[in-house]
Amino acid sequence: MSERITGAEAICRALLAEGVDTIFGYPGGQIMPFYDKLYDFTDSLRHILTRHEQGAVHAAQGYARASGRVGVVTVTSGPAATNVITGLGDANIDCTPIVVITGQVGVASLGTDAFQETDVIGITQPITKWAYQIRRPEEIPWAMARAFYIATTGRPGAVVLDITRDAQVGTLDWSYKKTNYIRSYNPAPELQPGEIISAAALINRSERPLILSGHGVMLSEAEADLLALAEKADIPVATTLLGLSTIPSDHPLNKGMVGMHGNIGPNIATNNADVILAIGMRFDDRVTGVIKSYAPQAKIIHIDIDSAEFNKNVKAHIAIHADAKTALRGLLPQINKADRKEWLATFDRPEKVEQAEVIERETDPKDLGPESPMRMGEVVRKLSEATGNKAIVVTDVGQNQMMSARYSSYTMPKSLITSGGLGTMGFCLPAAIGAKLAEPSREVLAFMGDGGFQMTMQELGTILEYRIGVKMVLLNNNYLGNVRQWQAMFYNNRFSATPMVNPDFVAIAAAYGIPAEDVSCRAELDSAIARMAAHDGAYLLNVNIDPTDMVFPMVTPGSAIDNILINATDKYEA
Amino acid sequence: MEKKQLFTISVFTENQVGLLNRISIIFTRRGLNLESVSSSASSVHGIHKMNFTCNSDRETMEKVISQIERCIDVLRAFLYTDDEIVYQEVALYKVPTQKLLDEKDFERIIRVHNARILELTREYTILEKTGHESETQALYELLAKYGILQFIRSGRICITKSPTEHFTRYLEEQEARGKALCGSSEE
Ligand SMILES: Cc1ncc(C[n+]2csc(CCOP(=O)(O)OP(=O)(O)O)c2C)c(N)n1
Ligand SMILES: [Mg+2]
Repeated sequence: MSERITGAEAICRALLAEGVDTIFGYPGGQIMPFYDKLYDFTDSLRHILTRHEQGAVHAAQGYARASGRVGVVTVTSGPAATNVITGLGDANIDCTPIVVITGQVGVASLGTDAFQETDVIGITQPITKWAYQIRRPEEIPWAMARAFYIATTGRPGAVVLDITRDAQVGTLDWSYKKTNYIRSYNPAPELQPGEIISAAALINRSERPLILSGHGVMLSEAEADLLALAEKADIPVATTLLGLSTIPSDHPLNKGMVGMHGNIGPNIATNNADVILAIGMRFDDRVTGVIKSYAPQAKIIHIDIDSAEFNKNVKAHIAIHADAKTALRGLLPQINKADRKEWLATFDRPEKVEQAEVIERETDPKDLGPESPMRMGEVVRKLSEATGNKAIVVTDVGQNQMMSARYSSYTMPKSLITSGGLGTMGFCLPAAIGAKLAEPSREVLAFMGDGGFQMTMQELGTILEYRIGVKMVLLNNNYLGNVRQWQAMFYNNRFSATPMVNPDFVAIAAAYGIPAEDVSCRAELDSAIARMAAHDGAYLLNVNIDPTDMVFPMVTPGSAIDNILINATDKYEA
Repeated sequence: MEKKQLFTISVFTENQVGLLNRISIIFTRRGLNLESVSSSASSVHGIHKMNFTCNSDRETMEKVISQIERCIDVLRAFLYTDDEIVYQEVALYKVPTQKLLDEKDFERIIRVHNARILELTREYTILEKTGHESETQALYELLAKYGILQFIRSGRICITKSPTEHFTRYLEEQEARGKALCGSSEE
């Protein structure tokens, strides 16, 4: 005999059936039937009340990216639904599995501009993997099962379920079956042996192969397979921004990050390589520089689970339609052992130049004294080391993002969480909260700019309420630094709308009961870091950063990827 | 840049609300104008077929096709040039009856253009013509001198020249995949 339950209860039960134990959300009128029922599920479904719906989505993203599990969000209709838009766009473009449930007005009011009615499906369709409106309670099990299957499989992404009031308050006969099949959707395509054989032949014949490891490697947990292949064939590995931590920073084959603010070595190598094995990455313009001079000598083998990525930006000579793990496992036995000393040695010179001209200036600035403001690189490096390079690094967007990504070291996977495709300021604080809740045993370092922090700093309230032990570092240059850098480089130092008068951040943290300190000069840095590390719980350092500092190396927009500035005036000479 | 030509895009989908919107977004994001849109049941029970026509180059259209196929509930999308399909459009013309009666040429125009009279009243006459756009347009231009009161042309409908829907084999494969996975199909 099946049980008759309300739609609201069906949502709770479906969440449990999908293995969910944490929800990020914010209540309101049209989601109240669900929240009322949630009260009965307090023991099994932990609800985290963020201070803004944008925070809820970013927190769910952080949760998903730190753990590989799906992030769940519940909010009401209208303004709450529009508040989740940024997070949806961010999650979808960065392939983060999240399911966002929005309440919706009753069916009879749909389309009438009723109070707090918005066309959620219409608004979210362009930025979600799937968006569906549930009008009848009986649809809930089917739609929930689909939502979780779609969000987590294939190329993961954002799913929206817009659940009308009628569907929440109405009743249905409860039965639930998880889905592993949708006729129109095959997230696990069969590996094509022909492609594997030709790719392997290409790699075996190549003299100067380069692996580009993207987010897809992390999403399919193929880090060990990546390493096995790279080591067997002695191929240098570079990562994209979201691919950072797919290979340990100190591995000899790890040649760093590609792209606009990537390392010199792999950017130069991109245009010298004869074969590029691109794994789970999408040739974003921040990675390729100007497309027509990208990798002119290379035959490109593109592995991706999303076949729409093939030939979208860069022509693939061989396209392998599979997830990274399946493809790498298929390739490995076909790949010959090789020794590429000569090719690998070509990375030495750019590495040396970058170390001397860029990295040392950032991490060990001899030109600045102990009483001076700091550079971001030295702060990030010290903090990363203070955690034994084991932290989950979460960044905001801007100079702080590039510096934290570049100067943190990674010893294990899923260690960098950053907004890549959308570049969303305000991402960091809530994402760090989600990451810490997902992985409470790992240290979570949140690096933020003074601008981005102020976009979502209301989430300090969430940290206060749930005692979330996030270590926050404000890389405070009193500027929208990233924009300032472009103004300095391309707009004649006209600092339009980039200087900021900032509040007393330590006092703000104090208001939330969070210990915090100003770190105004270099001499104070080490002891401040030690105090933060010793503290069990949330902590904030407001670090005084030299506002004139800029992120280098830099491939300026519109340049080829091997056309690299090492400071404001000088280019890297090959 | 490749030169532009008219492409027909046929999309087979599940019968789900909102898919037309999701698909048309893919065109509008790229600034592509849809010349025509039509949507109806396909020859396979429960499956919808949408037809779009669009002026573009092949490379762009191929990217559009893979982005359409990526949508959940889209089964397959196909790209055709005019030589690969048999296609038709319908046009309806409403003209003042008096003008037609006064005109000696009228009967000849109808005959030559294979048009049909659907309705005839004292005030107006409605003509129907099926054909390619150039043909319905040619009739439009002839009738224009009598004053056209209303005119509408349908979206393009088409059928491929191959003996079966390209799509049926794909569908069988997916059904087989479903059986292997869970013993039953979802829908
Ligand atoms: C929501 C949002 N608005 C605007 C931007 C454009 N933007 C990119 S970086 C940046 C400056 C960020 O300043 P801050 O947070 O202080 O970081 P900094 O670059 O100084 O480290 C701006 C305004 C953005 N990426 N996201
Ligand atoms: Mg700043």
